[in-house]
Amino acid sequence: MTGTAASAGVPATTEGEPQRTDVLTFVVKAAAVLPQLLIPLGFVSFGMFDDGLPPELLYLALLAVGTLAAILLSAFLSWSRFTYRIGEADIRVESGILSRAARSVPYERIQDVSLEQKLLPRLLGLVEVKFETGAGGKDELSLAYLAEEEGEKLRELVRERRDDAVDAPAGAEARDPAADGGESAETLFAMGPGRLFTFGIFEFSLAVFAVLGGLAQYTETFFGFEVWDADLWRGWIAGSGDWIAALGPMAQVVSLVAGLVTLLAIGSVTGLARTYLRDWDFRLERTPKGFRRRRGLLTKTDVVMPAHRVQALRIGTGLIRRRFGWYGLKFVSLAQDSGAASHDVAPFGQEDELAPIIRAAGFEPADDALDWQRRSTAHRDLSMALNAGVLGLIGVGVVTLVSFGAGESLDLAGLFAALPFGIGALLVLREYFLWRHARNAIDARQIYRRTGWLAPSTAIASRVKLQSAEIRQGPIARWKGYADLHLGLAGGTFAIEGIPVERARDLRRAVLESVGRTDFSAINR
Amino acid sequence: MDDRDDKTDRVESNAVTPAQPATPDHPATASAEVGDTPAPDTFEDPDGTLTRLHPNHEKAMRVEAAGVGLLACIAALAADIALPLWPGAIVAPVALAAMVLVWRMPHRRFSTRGYAMSDDRLRVVRGVLFRSDTVVPFGRVQHIDVDRGPLERYFDLATLTLHTAGSHNASVQLPGLQHERALAMREDIRAHIKREAL
Repeated sequence: MTGTAASAGVPATTEGEPQRTDVLTFVVKAAAVLPQLLIPLGFVSFGMFDDGLPPELLYLALLAVGTLAAILLSAFLSWSRFTYRIGEADIRVESGILSRAARSVPYERIQDVSLEQKLLPRLLGLVEVKFETGAGGKDELSLAYLAEEEGEKLRELVRERRDDAVDAPAGAEARDPAADGGESAETLFAMGPGRLFTFGIFEFSLAVFAVLGGLAQYTETFFGFEVWDADLWRGWIAGSGDWIAALGPMAQVVSLVAGLVTLLAIGSVTGLARTYLRDWDFRLERTPKGFRRRRGLLTKTDVVMPAHRVQALRIGTGLIRRRFGWYGLKFVSLAQDSGAASHDVAPFGQEDELAPIIRAAGFEPADDALDWQRRSTAHRDLSMALNAGVLGLIGVGVVTLVSFGAGESLDLAGLFAALPFGIGALLVLREYFLWRHARNAIDARQIYRRTGWLAPSTAIASRVKLQSAEIRQGPIARWKGYADLHLGLAGGTFAIEGIPVERARDLRRAVLESVGRTDFSAINR
Repeated sequence: MDDRDDKTDRVESNAVTPAQPATPDHPATASAEVGDTPAPDTFEDPDGTLTRLHPNHEKAMRVEAAGVGLLACIAALAADIALPLWPGAIVAPVALAAMVLVWRMPHRRFSTRGYAMSDDRLRVVRGVLFRSDTVVPFGRVQHIDVDRGPLERYFDLATLTLHTAGSHNASVQLPGLQHERALAMREDIRAHIKREAL
């Protein structure tokens, strides 16, 4: 393709020959700082001329020239100390005046090269070359600025070298569009109005009251209807209050119940409306390009997630919906895909509906037959003791305060003091049940983590797709022999906390063993 | 308080169980290539042998601690002069604490730090109270940095940073390497990436 142009254009680049960016770079960099300098200088000079005394003018001019020189000098120095090399295997950048930084980006990891021009560089015919790797965002390499021509050549050269470096995966990618042609998509999961109704009921929400508050203010300004007009409401409330009071205690209870029912109804309707708006006509399809999800009533969204980019799965549920067997499935996808939208692939489904989706993504559902391991009992005992200790201390504090303060009404004091003790007991109980329900397991391909007591959630990560493994221990953890295992996951986190340190080491060893067998380029292209 | 002793006890008790003989850790042979510098110290850990950082790292940390301590002392002196207290009521404890920190901390931090580089992964261990033990497989490295601040340059040290695509531990730093050693490690890792991606 453009191979001839590239090789003709950059013949002299051999390994180990540092190059500088374009000379004009330091002009652009200095120009970026100048406005920030000019404004205060302008103010200073304005203040001086106001007095009409020019002797200070000399100092001012000196100051301006001095600062300008300093800025130019530092821009020049940082330009002259910034070099890049286009090597056989990687691009290297060295920079820094006092602190030196050297970065090496292997061609195998470069996913794309882009050129960017802002206004001033554009006027000077300069371009910023950006290299995208999987690291995502701020840590990416960029060369600012090169001459336009130089940038183009560099892009071609890097693309060519990269394609040389990763020939096999590139071939695999070229096969994809061919398979794409005309093949129909298979629907994995869909939610009709009936399912959405059930889902909406479980999405009970009282957020509507916040909305109503805002709306009230809006009505006020729009219709000139005085919402905060006290007289209007006083009449209303006083009237109905009298009316209710006149009906006696029985009717008051009835009206209370009626109020609660109204609240429930409003909450359910809100949940329903939100669910219908968000998930109307929810469809998840398996297309040759990946998973395609479409949903939405008023704003329709259409997201495609390549299957090989799915790093891990999360299966969650809720306190009540769990009793009816409803679960939600999410994908954790590679870093650069996230942020745009959540990866709900099946927000509300029965377990046997989720299993095919999990399999389609190349994962296996968690099996009860796995060797599930618990957290360390020392970790459980310590968390329980911590909760009991903190709430117990608060309780004791409340007892002393109240018994000193409220002399005769000791019944009330006891009631107040019982509150922290009660909460403490609940928290201790919760820690115990959290321990009982938290499990972790590993099999030949995947690592599993279950957490949560009343609304348990399961995370499944593919062993080969993990990025790093860290074992963390605080002082108490080291004393008691437990640890947290944090696994690096592109686009999410995967941590197994409070497990015996030997278990953490075993898991890490197993994970690293399978990670070591495959390269990043092989799994994510 | 002295967790060094505590740790060595645990190492001995764990030595009964086979402490991962599978990992091919040969830091000593790897560093022999670097040249005339003596083979670096190693120490044992339940998960294998770790190489200590360059001794200059301890010196650099001490200089850094001394700088911070000096600043704290100056601030304390200013507070002492400004506030109507006993002369030396603030400076004396601050100076004492600074001295203890400058004297003790760099060595303790240094003695807990170590790394192990094998064929396909780098292990970095650090932390006095809160221990962190990270392993990065070279197959997951996106790009590699070798950074040197002014102090590190004076002591001929460098910080090696491995960037991965993970959200947690996106970059793993290994400070206190001799500059040449850091460059050699970078070359090894890069060569590994090139070999594996093919």
